[in-house]
Amino acid sequence: MTDSFTVSSSGAERRRARIRAGLGRRHLFERIFRGLGVLAILIALALVGSLFWMVISKGYSAFTQANLETEVYFDPDIIKVDPPPQQQPGQSAADFRAQRLAWQRQVTMSNWNRVVEQAVRAAVPPGLEITAREATALVDAGERHRLRDIFVENPGLLGERLPFTMLASADVDNWLKGTIDRDLPDERQQLSPATRALADQLLESGAIQFKFAWHIFTNVDSRSAPASAGLAGGLVGSLYMMLVVVLLAVPIGVASAIYLEEFAPKNRLTDLIEVNINNLAAVPSIVFGLFGAAVFIKYIGLPLSAPIVGGLVLTLMTLPTIIIATRSSLRAVPPSLRQAALGLGASRTQMVFHHVLPVTLPGILTATIIGVAQALGETAPLLLIGMNAFVAAVPGTPFDQSTALPAQIYLWQGNENRNFFEARTSAAIMVLLTLMITMNAIAVLLRQRLERLK
Amino acid sequence: MGNLVIAAALLLLLGFAYQQGFARSLSLAAEARKEGRRLHSRPRYHGTLVAIWVLLPTLLVLGLWALLETSALRALIVGMLPPEVAGLEGRQLDSAIARIRALASGYGVAGEVADYEQAAAEHLSLIQNLAFLLVLAAAAGLGLLALFAAKRRISLALRARDHVEKAVRILLMLCSAVAILTTAGIVLSLFNESIRFFSFVNPIDFFFGEIWNPGFATTGSAAIGRYGLLPLLWGTVMVAVIAMLVALPVGLMTAIYLSQYAPHKVRTVVKPVIEILAGIPTIVYGFFALVTVGPFLSALGAAIGVDIRSTSALTAGMVMGIMLIPFISSLSDDILRQVPLALRDGSLGLGATQSETIRRVLLPAALPGVVGAFLLAVSRAIGETMIVVMAAGNSPVLRLNPAEPVSTVTVTIVNQLTGDSDFAGPQSLVGFALGLTLFAITLLLNILALFIVRRFREQYD
Repeated sequence: MTDSFTVSSSGAERRRARIRAGLGRRHLFERIFRGLGVLAILIALALVGSLFWMVISKGYSAFTQANLETEVYFDPDIIKVDPPPQQQPGQSAADFRAQRLAWQRQVTMSNWNRVVEQAVRAAVPPGLEITAREATALVDAGERHRLRDIFVENPGLLGERLPFTMLASADVDNWLKGTIDRDLPDERQQLSPATRALADQLLESGAIQFKFAWHIFTNVDSRSAPASAGLAGGLVGSLYMMLVVVLLAVPIGVASAIYLEEFAPKNRLTDLIEVNINNLAAVPSIVFGLFGAAVFIKYIGLPLSAPIVGGLVLTLMTLPTIIIATRSSLRAVPPSLRQAALGLGASRTQMVFHHVLPVTLPGILTATIIGVAQALGETAPLLLIGMNAFVAAVPGTPFDQSTALPAQIYLWQGNENRNFFEARTSAAIMVLLTLMITMNAIAVLLRQRLERLK
Repeated sequence: MGNLVIAAALLLLLGFAYQQGFARSLSLAAEARKEGRRLHSRPRYHGTLVAIWVLLPTLLVLGLWALLETSALRALIVGMLPPEVAGLEGRQLDSAIARIRALASGYGVAGEVADYEQAAAEHLSLIQNLAFLLVLAAAAGLGLLALFAAKRRISLALRARDHVEKAVRILLMLCSAVAILTTAGIVLSLFNESIRFFSFVNPIDFFFGEIWNPGFATTGSAAIGRYGLLPLLWGTVMVAVIAMLVALPVGLMTAIYLSQYAPHKVRTVVKPVIEILAGIPTIVYGFFALVTVGPFLSALGAAIGVDIRSTSALTAGMVMGIMLIPFISSLSDDILRQVPLALRDGSLGLGATQSETIRRVLLPAALPGVVGAFLLAVSRAIGETMIVVMAAGNSPVLRLNPAEPVSTVTVTIVNQLTGDSDFAGPQSLVGFALGLTLFAITLLLNILALFIVRRFREQYD
């Protein structure tokens, strides 16, 4: 008996010793494994951080731009135009418009570059000689159009002097911000040495100041005048598309979720619809773009680059998201609620619309906002329906040509003036991300608020 | 203006119909109460039913008019033009018609107005007004007829609520058919255009061709070009593989750490932060690749003596991997949490360390789910567009080196179709054949993934 005990105890001893011998290695491995987990999380967090750091560090400088404070003289010697036409009694609207257009053409034909040049010279410190070309290179090419438009609005300005803030050109902005290497030799600089020296002097004397660039939000895109290019067209285009998405995707999505969850008989067709929706959610977005180009534009004949087409395509893309989220919030409603309503004699429709739906409202709202935020950032399908065309106008209706916020980002990142547009693109991305994060935050807040109310 | 009037009239009519049905059923109910009988449905259901019956015929008339108006009026104008003007073609005819429309609307046109134009415009504006009134009257008349018919049907026994609920149910069903119609529309339109493409190019040359050189649409049909799919498919696969090499380890380890090791506090902070990555639009990732990752990789390659182009399969793949990290981690997290606790506790109780439990028990148990998540991520990577458009370099050549530029199926779709809407030549039609290929591949992957995940769920339910 003692024998057998010693034998078995020595067997146990051996086993224990073996386990103990392996323990160090196993614990080391445990620590390595855990370390790998921490490493993975640190990598992921670092990536989030560097993404935001890249966007913000590149983009924040675009929100301020160099402006030149000066004085504009609407010189009658340069602007030689007749007085503007008045509508005569009995004249048709079209005739008057033609006459007015002719007058505007005459205004446009005036040498507005000279006006701009004189305005720049008014700010130049005495004793500095610059050529006309060097002077006009200082301000944005859009400024002459702005002056012309101000004059068209108010022809009484002829012969007047007006204090005026002009937007400095993109090249001057680059030079002053240091986005272009200041040590580059002359032949690789965008500006002549005289203009660069002038810009430095004006900045020192306070005639050039950095101001918040509101025009990023109020101007449309511009090719010839990059400094004044703005997001207004893209913002309004995206707004129209989101309107279409909310007006179509939400009712249709919620309705089909209700049908599938509450009414649909369990049969082949219902199964098919279910599989279908799950698959639609995973179809690449570019395929929706192809569908939009073939069906909405080619067969139905809706206009190219119009927000209505973009909105319809995004609606179809958002539908599965809204349906799936609404269904899961319908499923989360306790069965007791349904049974109570049915038990009291309500019909199925009454049960759904009077009792179940109000409870799921927070879930539906959240799903809607998340779906719309997702649609807001979608770019690939928009490229196929022409939303990346250069459109320098704010669309009046969803049927007008327009660009969209993400499409505008795509256009800007491809602009050849990299020094200037890298910051512009990042700024546009900041606007887009801010919109999306705000929408998501609203969704979270709404859900919390509504769920507390219950 | 005209549309607003119609909408207002329609709303008024519907309100009137509802009120009529409501009042009629109410008075019926009042009479019946004396005899001790009751209506089957509440008055508002009767009102709604009458309104529905009024809505259907009026919508039919208005819808028909909306479809026919433009072409009918155009035919009318062309008929009124003198033969030498009506014989014009295309844009000239359009502008002649536009002039008459402008005259008829009272806005007028600039310059001289020909006699025939004046006459046609007067005639047109007369007919436009007449037609507008006629359509309005027809719609209203039909609506009123329906109203009286529906009103007469109201009785104590009419099951108005059942009818209204049936209408609601049909409406709901139509809405859920939209999803099916979308899929059918996608498949049909892709097929239709692809077949037209295959009338230019032999399918075998397309699917097994090794050279991609479509030429330009402007050089005419003589230069049809070559459309070999393989270089594009190879680029797609290479980018997707690189993406998964980045996303799978990081995503899976993140999910394992968050679900098995992390204290509750860390989890509540880290998980949403990582999920921010999932909400960022792909165009932002593309810009990130172009501006930060590409130059970084290029500099890194220069430092270790390897030539890495800043736009390459490597750049695009890595950034796409970053995009997929939250996708893999949140799916795997869900799946790891579904593995029964008993398995884990049993393994720990037998003395296994946590990492041994995870590797030998949890992961094998969760394997089907993780594979499903992996396949879904691959299907995303294959269909992803903006990152590769911006960062892959667009060079459709069969090459093994991932540090060189490549092109993918999605990039080529964008390049071939951007801004084109007449889809006449193979240069643009090929986009649809590529789209169909892409759709088929992702569909297969999705179905397989969903099937595997569903089997996995059933196993532990």
